[in-house]
Amino acid sequence: MGDILQLVLKRLGLGVVTLFVISILIFFAVELLPGDIAQAVLGQAATPETVAALREKMGLDQPAILRYFQWLGGAVTGDFGVSLISGERVSTAISDRFINTLFLACYAAVIAVPISIILGVIVALLRNTLFDRVANVVTLTSISSPEFFLGYILILYLAVKTNYFPAIASLSSDMSFGELLHRTFLPALTLVLVVTAHMMRMTRAAIINLLASPYIEMARLKGVPAWKVIVKHALPNAWAPIINVVALNLAYLITGVVLVEVVFVYPGIGQLLVDAVSKRDFPIVQACCLIFAATFILLNLAADVGSILTNPRLRHPK
Amino acid sequence: MNSFVIGYYALLIGASCLAAYFKQRQIFLLIFSLTLISFVTGIIGGVPALRFITIAAGLLALAAGVSYAFREFLIIISPDGVAKELRTAPLTAAFGMFVIFTYAIAGIFAPVIAPFGEAEVISSAFAPADENMLLGADQLGRDMFSRIIYGARNTVGLALLATALAFIAGALAGLLAATKGGWFDQFMGRAADVIMSIPSLIFALLMLSIFGTSLVVIVVVIALIYSPRVFRLTRAVAGNVVVMDYIEAAKLRGEGTWYLIRKEILPNSTAPLIAEFGLEFCFVFLLIAGLSFLGLGIQPPTADWGSMVRENATLISFGELTPLIPAAAIALLTVAVNFVVDWMLFRSSGLKEV
Repeated sequence: MGDILQLVLKRLGLGVVTLFVISILIFFAVELLPGDIAQAVLGQAATPETVAALREKMGLDQPAILRYFQWLGGAVTGDFGVSLISGERVSTAISDRFINTLFLACYAAVIAVPISIILGVIVALLRNTLFDRVANVVTLTSISSPEFFLGYILILYLAVKTNYFPAIASLSSDMSFGELLHRTFLPALTLVLVVTAHMMRMTRAAIINLLASPYIEMARLKGVPAWKVIVKHALPNAWAPIINVVALNLAYLITGVVLVEVVFVYPGIGQLLVDAVSKRDFPIVQACCLIFAATFILLNLAADVGSILTNPRLRHPK
Repeated sequence: MNSFVIGYYALLIGASCLAAYFKQRQIFLLIFSLTLISFVTGIIGGVPALRFITIAAGLLALAAGVSYAFREFLIIISPDGVAKELRTAPLTAAFGMFVIFTYAIAGIFAPVIAPFGEAEVISSAFAPADENMLLGADQLGRDMFSRIIYGARNTVGLALLATALAFIAGALAGLLAATKGGWFDQFMGRAADVIMSIPSLIFALLMLSIFGTSLVVIVVVIALIYSPRVFRLTRAVAGNVVVMDYIEAAKLRGEGTWYLIRKEILPNSTAPLIAEFGLEFCFVFLLIAGLSFLGLGIQPPTADWGSMVRENATLISFGELTPLIPAAAIALLTVAVNFVVDWMLFRSSGLKEV
């Protein structure tokens, strides 16, 4: 067990270091602005006095290193400073929306993960049949479509023409859970379509890769029934790639969620980020980017750790 | 029950019987499952659903026919060596090549094909289609069809430019890292890791919020985001070539790094790199489309597919299909490139799946 623990700790350490480097990147990227934030916010027409006043208010007269550590310290405790446009605390603007985004991503994941793994295994078992080829073309099309294309198609056919679901995912706090699921179904379905296609293809590749290995052929040759080959021989070794596939695609959900939230006017963190980018509200942009990057790294980390923990060779060292 | 429904089922059941009689197991399974699906969708959706299936099947058959003809055409006009390769291309790859060819024509000859200029206001906002305007007008009264044609030039051109830059930077860095090794290799590897650990759309949004949304910024930022992927692949491919004996021999002859890269390593790693270019193009294209959709990509009045979808999205709530055409154009090109890349990967790896 010692080996595994060491490996896992090493990965965790690497993840923390990466996150640290990214926080540096996110913070100092803004420092690259021609002029500085105060100038950029107030525009060219601002008088030198107002710029100087804002600069002092934002603490820009202090050296960048000092401000970085203040920002990082705040970020760790959940305080990302104050929005440049509305003057609202960034943490209050983000907290509710972050939960909404997490809810949407989880909703999509709960539907997508079981479906895509089951379909991926089926397609892998039926490889090179007509069914497999059709599935290949369909999933490829789904991956190649921009998220907003799928989203608008769903809106057109399931909301506008038939009225099954609302086109705009507006939320209110006094909704029942069923109502919530109904309202957010279309954005979740859009994400499901994209992610399922990805996951199916990756699961298929992982399983086919595995079925090509000599020990599976050995099992077949000695007359083990087909289902038993899958369950007893292939599956224990397939967990690692499958966990990898799932975590990678959940990480992919994070990018997809930005576009989907904009299409469905969903009050999530992605929409907030896009608004902040066009208004050049840097504290919000930095906070959102850090949150997205942290989630992304966390999921990749989970993939690594998961595949280490499920690897039979590592769990039972010789 | 009208004659369409009766004819529909008669055709399907007849075809599946024929397939079964001639022992075409897979075709039989396909047609028969289509029949069963039609029963269910027919009961739920009625005749329109069946008509939809018929149209979809017809379009599919049309696409298959066109790609078959296009492949034969390519085989005839190309020289012997290439023709032999083309014969192995599946229909999907031929379809992909046909679509890419069409887009290239539309992009290059946009001013000739499009009846109006891309920023020319010719009618009232959201005017419906008439004999002048094939697809109606957009939110400012510009001709939608002309803008879609010009979009082929602007959107695809920008994506190509960004991909090329990302590719050149990434491949060069990868080749250098593989030949030089040492601290340069280590440093580039770590830098690539960091960039790749931020989701690409998020990174692009961060950069665009800082540097604004001019075309130069978009191209450079996208090149920066995607070059690490190219770097990784090139590094891996070239890493396998660098350890060969002939490289050792060239080094002993006293050849410089640049010669090694150009004459020894590059010719031996082109096949995977070309396939990678196609894949990268898809990613870049989708990212640019996404950014434009968010209003942060190509700025108006330049015609661009992503922003066209956003600007005309209100039409969708009236049940109109037109705003989806630019989005479909994006999807179609990405699918086409993916089809061709799939075939090339299959061919270059020589991998036959078990």
